[in-house]
Amino acid sequence: MTDTLETERPSARSGGPGGAGPSRGARAPGTPLPWWLRRSAVTSLCAIAGIYTLLPLLWLLFAVTKTLPELYSGNGFSPSSGFHVLENVQDLFAADGGRFGRWMLNTAVYAVGGALAGTLLSVAAGYAFDKFPFRGKEKWYALVIAGVLIPNTAIVIPLYLMMANLQLTDTMWSVFIPLIVNPFGVYLARAYSAGAIPDELLEAARIDGAGEVRTFFSVGLRMMAPGALTIFLIQFIGIWNNFFLPMVMLTDNDLFTVAQGLFTWNSAVSQNPDYTRLVVIGSAVTTIPLLLLFIPLQRRWRAGLAEGGVK
Amino acid sequence: MASTTSPPRSRIRRQRRNGVLLLLGPFFLLFALTYILPLFYAVGLSFFRERFSGLGWGGPELVFAWFDNYTRALTDPDFLSGVGRVLLYGLIFVPLLVVLAIVLALLLDNALTYGRRFFQTLLFLPHIVPGLIASLIWLYLYTPELSPIVDAFSALGWDIDFLGGNNVMFSLVNIAVWGALGFNVVLIFVGLQAVPRTTIDAARIDGAGEFRIAFNVKLPQVLPTVLVATLFTIIGSLQLYTEPMILRTSGESPISNTWTPNMLAYSSAFNSNDYHYAATVSVLIAVLAGVLSFAVTRFANRRALR
Repeated sequence: MTDTLETERPSARSGGPGGAGPSRGARAPGTPLPWWLRRSAVTSLCAIAGIYTLLPLLWLLFAVTKTLPELYSGNGFSPSSGFHVLENVQDLFAADGGRFGRWMLNTAVYAVGGALAGTLLSVAAGYAFDKFPFRGKEKWYALVIAGVLIPNTAIVIPLYLMMANLQLTDTMWSVFIPLIVNPFGVYLARAYSAGAIPDELLEAARIDGAGEVRTFFSVGLRMMAPGALTIFLIQFIGIWNNFFLPMVMLTDNDLFTVAQGLFTWNSAVSQNPDYTRLVVIGSAVTTIPLLLLFIPLQRRWRAGLAEGGVK
Repeated sequence: MASTTSPPRSRIRRQRRNGVLLLLGPFFLLFALTYILPLFYAVGLSFFRERFSGLGWGGPELVFAWFDNYTRALTDPDFLSGVGRVLLYGLIFVPLLVVLAIVLALLLDNALTYGRRFFQTLLFLPHIVPGLIASLIWLYLYTPELSPIVDAFSALGWDIDFLGGNNVMFSLVNIAVWGALGFNVVLIFVGLQAVPRTTIDAARIDGAGEFRIAFNVKLPQVLPTVLVATLFTIIGSLQLYTEPMILRTSGESPISNTWTPNMLAYSSAFNSNDYHYAATVSVLIAVLAGVLSFAVTRFANRRALR
């Protein structure tokens, strides 16, 4: 039964003219497997990695059901005696005058809006780099690649000072605008464009008299959609992960991201021990739905990485 | 509405130029504003400092400081030990992550026969958990009163203090490995899947064992992927900020608010209001990243030429 599952390879590999045949049958018979490839060894190694990955998430899942005293007593990897999820979540959204909902909304704006705008910018730029000849092209491109390697946090403080001169700090724009610039997305988009859009197709559109920008939106963007999804997901995660930029730019509690809000609560635990519970619930409420959302998406993401060009 | 006569060449060329401007313009405008300009601004700031004149009337005065800020940074024990810490952190974290990711990806590609998809999805999950929340969860798992892991260790007679002394470095590495492992495994695995089957079979017919095939046939094919991943991980290590900021809040760790260069830049800017020094530290982080990126790509090219 396991034999059928073993052939879970992309067809490209077994479809060669040599007719390489299905999977592992090619091994010379009688060659003993080294110990580290034996099924039991491999399975237990992978199981250890799996448990390591899962345990913290499991702890979080159980912690959601608990009251504050229960968090501090008893076994972390067992559910509460009662089931306190509902009241915990209610308390979370009621705390500090309902700030948590506000933080979630802000994070959604930064992450979804920022990733959408950023993906459009990256895809347009990558497409232009791939499809148009223009003077100094590779020099401009090298500049973008250098941007990939600049540590993001090294430019955040100077950016803050520039924005302070324009009195833009402590606004949503101060976080939103820097987040939508993603040089790595341009790099990926150029590779996707080269792989997905045949030049002849654009030539045909040009002869038909369509403007270049219109051609991009009607032909280019559509054909790059799978690649664009990958860029969107990478950027979404990047923004969702970014803690330093909002920390520097924002002091107004109402503009905070969830991460910042949780950090503030966590730093105030000594004043109010109940914040520990709120931080735990807040972490779970923002993480678990996203995990469930991403499980179906990550397969497409993997496909995007494979075709695109992380080479 | 296909036109009967094709438009003149000059119109096509003009359209093309406008196309480039409209498609690349927005990105480059914002790229210049949020990447290039701040970098130049930081370099500019780093050559000045504020001086308070005699009685402190009329506010500070801006003076050109030549390399004073840089001399100060390079003799500042906070900065130097911060750089030392992120380098040590990177020296533990990067090889550990890369080796683990390669081993798991090879096992996944070669030996794990069932549950492969499930296992990949499982390993991938921490990538979706933001670093701050991952740090919070691990902080709880490191805190003696809260943690079942500390309890388990002490039941085995090993009282381990995850947050104190030198252990905190390994606790930080653990958070980072947990967060990054799955993504890197998937990245390398995707590369391994693209290795042509015929190449592998040829090696097998030549009598290469599984071990030889894994390391001499497959691994060289994914080396570029591994190097890109390594480069990003190194640059990420230099920017260490979130995880120590969280472990710090436990109050039991030795982490100060200048523990890493990034934390030093933040506290110089916002606790001491010394923007010039903060900018200097930012520039030095960028320089360090540049030097390390250069070294890694140089090493990679040399390997590729052989």
